[in-house]
Amino acid sequence: MNDPEQQQQNDRSVVSVRTVEILVAVVFLFIAGVVIYDSTRIGFGWASDGPQAGYFPFYIGVLIAIASIANLVQVIFSPDLGRKAFVRREQFRSVLAVLIPMAIYIAAIYVVGIYVASVLFIAVFMRWLGRFGWTKIALVGLLVPFGLFLMFEVWFLVPLPKGPLEALFGF
Amino acid sequence: MDEINSLMQGFGVALTLPNIGFMFVGILLGILIGVLPGLGGANGVAILLPLTFSMSPTSAIIMLSCIYWGALFGGAITSILFNIPGEPWSVATTFDGYPLAQKGRAGEALTAAFSSSFVGALIAVIVITFLAPLVAKFALEFGPPEFFAVQLLTFCSFVGLGRGSAFKTVAAMMLGFALAAVGLDTVTGQLRMTFGTVEMLRGFDFLIAVIGLFGIGEILLTMEEGLEFKGVHAKIDARVVWHTWKQLPRYWLTALRGTLIGCWMGITPGGATPASFMSYGVAKRMSKDGAKFGTGELEGVVAPETAAHAAGTSALLPMLTLGIPGSPTAAVLLGGLLIWGLQPGPLLFVEQKEFVWGLIASMYLGNIVGLIIVLTTVPWWAAILRIPFSIIAPVIVVICCVGAYTVHNALFDVVLMLGFGVVGYVFKKLDYPLAPLVLALVLGDMAEASFRQSMLLSQGSVTIFWSNGLVASICGLAMLMLFWPVIAKLLLRLRTPKLPAERPVE
Repeated sequence: MNDPEQQQQNDRSVVSVRTVEILVAVVFLFIAGVVIYDSTRIGFGWASDGPQAGYFPFYIGVLIAIASIANLVQVIFSPDLGRKAFVRREQFRSVLAVLIPMAIYIAAIYVVGIYVASVLFIAVFMRWLGRFGWTKIALVGLLVPFGLFLMFEVWFLVPLPKGPLEALFGF
Repeated sequence: MDEINSLMQGFGVALTLPNIGFMFVGILLGILIGVLPGLGGANGVAILLPLTFSMSPTSAIIMLSCIYWGALFGGAITSILFNIPGEPWSVATTFDGYPLAQKGRAGEALTAAFSSSFVGALIAVIVITFLAPLVAKFALEFGPPEFFAVQLLTFCSFVGLGRGSAFKTVAAMMLGFALAAVGLDTVTGQLRMTFGTVEMLRGFDFLIAVIGLFGIGEILLTMEEGLEFKGVHAKIDARVVWHTWKQLPRYWLTALRGTLIGCWMGITPGGATPASFMSYGVAKRMSKDGAKFGTGELEGVVAPETAAHAAGTSALLPMLTLGIPGSPTAAVLLGGLLIWGLQPGPLLFVEQKEFVWGLIASMYLGNIVGLIIVLTTVPWWAAILRIPFSIIAPVIVVICCVGAYTVHNALFDVVLMLGFGVVGYVFKKLDYPLAPLVLALVLGDMAEASFRQSMLLSQGSVTIFWSNGLVASICGLAMLMLFWPVIAKLLLRLRTPKLPAERPVE
């Protein structure tokens, strides 16, 4: 990382604020479209017994549309936002370094239950990003899920998702 | 004095041994939550909410509200010692708190922060004690149009008092309403925006949104900054506390102003964060040492802290009396009330006297307990922050996932939480405010119900919202708040016709 050229490359903007602003405004517009479409489907007028189900959401959809168009116009007329970085490469890498393991972790909960997945998640995170020794990892990685187990399953009787390993112990 | 009597009964409820125990646990958990990045008042309470389902509502709310007080105290610790605001409302505390700590006066800064938060909260609780029963009595006569008008006022104040772009506030808020509408419509029994999926049937629970937006979003932001905690060591002993307390009375006017700003911003839901900035700005303009603000003035710590704590506390007033929370954390507490089977609103003061006054009494006690705990345990909390982020982050992620799962025992909610986390990250970076989104998500069904009932009463004519003096004045006030930025600009131009619109940099 000491090579200045490489550092500059790492500091390069992944995407500008302007692009993301436009993207978010367009997503809002899309949501407005969905809300308005669905409200018209179920009816946004007046039935014999009062307002229909889409009555309130319809206007919400219209307001989202107005607000997002206003945002869009504002962004389009401020070109200097295009030079501002929304996220730089190095930052983006750090964000992904936690986002991707998190997604895998949540997928793993479906398969092996939350306790085993938590042990693995904490271990991978500490090893990969913190470069801790295995004793420390084992300490934190095992004690935290075990504490959760005691707190939820034993004291407060709230069951958490469990997998094959817990079934082996009869839970 | 009816209120004093009820309050004394409330102390009777709050001063039982288990409830005092819950108070201590709540304060300690709250400070921990306030200190840790990624866990804040709102999502901390949201995660712990499912654990209280089996407790008595009074004990549960005492513990949860104490978590809230604890989080308010805890935010100051990280701001002053580490220059990292643990909570958004303590950002303004870093301006003078951290320079003070760098000068070796961390103990004084912390004592000043805690003491002034305590004063702000105490005055706000006194306001609640005497104002809340009046508001509740008044609100007993509200019909659907009045309730909708108050909700309108709530949301208009967000737009008017918000610091960022008004259209972004509207967009975020309406997104909250739209998400609240997803699922079964309880009036007509029709499905809305589920698009034939079973998972969407339940709709979006705001607890999931809160945990994702504030918890996961914050973790992502912290990762991005590559946070390394470099803190100043602090020691607080009786001598420092005494020395600081002797200086504090000098700032009584600043504290009073901060408290008033805080109470106002808490009741009209501006929230603790803008309140703290506003109070800091006003103090800077009014103080004779204003020029020295930012270099380490005790007054610059007093101003935001009184306001933040007063706002955080008084946010509970509209929640209890009208069922309209003044802050995201108050919104989560409101969700708790509904889950425990209590209907927030004016009737609460009639039907659940013991609960309401027990809670108000616990606010007095909780803040006293909080002040003592926080003054005596600062070094421990500072030590927690020295634990590397690569240990804290995965543990917080695990806790968030567990919290999201336990709301409905549904794994899909955990996936949704991750989605909300990404949304929270993007919104924070683009200055889309999160608080109105959460509040709209909480109040969506209620606002829709009162709007529909009003429309039924008037057979679809919006004139019902100015059909009598009360509802018309609330709506008028709402419009005033909505267009406040424009009005304020006009007023400023009228008052200073020649000078260019130049304002001191805050």
